[in-house]
Amino acid sequence: MRAQTMAYFDQLIPSGMLLAKEAKEQGRNIVGYYCVFSPIELIEAAGAIPVGLCATKQEPIAEAEKVLPRNLCPLVKSSYGFAVSGKCPFFHFSDLVLAETTCDGKKKMYELLAEHKPMIVLDIPNSSNFEDNQEHWIKQVYRAKAYFEKNLGTEITEEKLADVIKIYNEERKLLMELVSLNKQHPTPISGTDLLKVMWGRSFQFKRDEFTAKVKELIAELKDMAARGESASQVSSKRILVTGCPTGVGQEKVMRIIEESGGAIVLQESCSGIKAFVDLVSEEMDPFEALADKYSKTPCSCVSPNKRRLELLSRLVEEYRIDGVVDITLQACHTYNIESYSVKEHLKKKHNLPLLQVETDYSDADSQQIKLRVDAFLEML
Amino acid sequence: MKWSIGIDIGSVSTKGVLYNGQVWHSEVISTGWSPSQAGKEVLERLLLTHGLTRDQIQIVVGTGYGRIQEGMFDKTFSEITCHARGSSYLLPEACGFIDIGGQDSKVVALAKTGKVRDFVLNDKCAAGTGRFLQVTAQTMGLEVSQLSDLAREANSVAINSMCAVFAESEVIGLLAQGISKSCIIAGLLQSIAKRIGVMAGKLNFQGCIIFCGGVAQNQVLKGLLSKEIGCKLFVPPKPQSIGALGAAILGYDLIKEEE
Repeated sequence: MRAQTMAYFDQLIPSGMLLAKEAKEQGRNIVGYYCVFSPIELIEAAGAIPVGLCATKQEPIAEAEKVLPRNLCPLVKSSYGFAVSGKCPFFHFSDLVLAETTCDGKKKMYELLAEHKPMIVLDIPNSSNFEDNQEHWIKQVYRAKAYFEKNLGTEITEEKLADVIKIYNEERKLLMELVSLNKQHPTPISGTDLLKVMWGRSFQFKRDEFTAKVKELIAELKDMAARGESASQVSSKRILVTGCPTGVGQEKVMRIIEESGGAIVLQESCSGIKAFVDLVSEEMDPFEALADKYSKTPCSCVSPNKRRLELLSRLVEEYRIDGVVDITLQACHTYNIESYSVKEHLKKKHNLPLLQVETDYSDADSQQIKLRVDAFLEML
Repeated sequence: MKWSIGIDIGSVSTKGVLYNGQVWHSEVISTGWSPSQAGKEVLERLLLTHGLTRDQIQIVVGTGYGRIQEGMFDKTFSEITCHARGSSYLLPEACGFIDIGGQDSKVVALAKTGKVRDFVLNDKCAAGTGRFLQVTAQTMGLEVSQLSDLAREANSVAINSMCAVFAESEVIGLLAQGISKSCIIAGLLQSIAKRIGVMAGKLNFQGCIIFCGGVAQNQVLKGLLSKEIGCKLFVPPKPQSIGALGAAILGYDLIKEEE
């Protein structure tokens, strides 16, 4: 059984395209971004609209491969292909891009993308235990502040930023409230629907409308649960999805898990709760608070990445997980290597099995993935 | 008497097993271009040979890549689960199995209970599979069944390409250099053993392993694999049919549960 409010979230990305066009016509500034490391509160506080950029479909990859090597992560290729082929309206309407030095593929791709759009590339330290991590991050936040102020002709005041932080925190709490409904068994909302809400968030910039709809969805799901309606079966195994971002348009693996009878309880990855699980401090100086929150993003690009293991430990207990599926993209070295550490960690600390599915955006391997997923679910 | 049937529709051959809780009978046919036709045919053959009708079979369980045929089976399981059941039935102390089939290879670790503990698959290319052997054997004008005898006494030559397409060109190159077919075959088998050995290394085997799938009929490969993994390998009778056997037993287990 599916909540009726989901119809709104089904349309989030297409309606976001129209909103972007309208906003441009009204003379608003738009800043595009790709990554959960992007301190997007700064964009909002600069009076501009932060919007996610397209990166999760197979379609523009052929265009990207005219320039980029074939043996590169599909997310990086898709991002570039979407942008340069003009097929991503959000990129088209963006005045600026907020980029970041995360993985090698992305940072080298940004060098090429900078030819097509003015951008600032935040320098993100690779070492999580780098002594000057905090100071470095604060400097980057101020660097971005100066860049937006200069290029958008505005001022980002402490007050404005503090206000935005408050609004964004409330939204984070609300999204986590939605996710936490899935602590129940059987789960009230499917993993692919949760993805639509969380991924869609970046493409909808009427914050009030979005939060009102999330509240409506929560209320509807609670009613449904009270009536005994759910998105999965009592016999369904409870699956946590982790790994590379799995955005709308490349739900292949998640769909196979759900079609094979698994219940995706939540996604730990960037397309799931990663951006929402931690709040920005409202006690600290707002610029330093941003640096503090974003520097702690548990991404495989930083080393060592103990925070991801800690987060997973917490989630598998809180959400009573039966098995973890690690979706990694081909040529994503950091997540592919980290898969081993995650598997060992879950086995030793929680006696939980992990299935790694290495894939790309094409459908060519669907049958092979189905075999792995079926065997994994039968094993649990 | 209660009967169950397990049918494993693979890429190259389709296997069927009839089981009654005590004895099992198997049939193997070539899958051809129609997996559903092959499934039906193997079922009919089993019934005919043993003088049974479809009504006398309580459950038909499907597995293999053709298990998705609508309406053909009462129940389906992945071939990994089926091979696990078949393996632990034949050798309860087995700590895992290696199945090298026509188009993929699976290395699976079993828990003491006989259930799947973990698995590693190679199913995205033909490297190290029956198909790989077939392609390279054809290049030398040989049948897969001849390979074991030819390689028995030979010193292996290093084969570096694991891709079936590139290995074919490499084999042609080696033949041009005058290297004997026997040494090339020994090299091919060695390269498969190495590849499977790496997969097995991820699963920390300690104990006896079942070696099944059509390629398990190759005695030389069995020896090489055993050395590579450092474990004793056991090739069951009819190694191709272990998945179908497992499917039949899983079906039989379900009949018993219902009673």
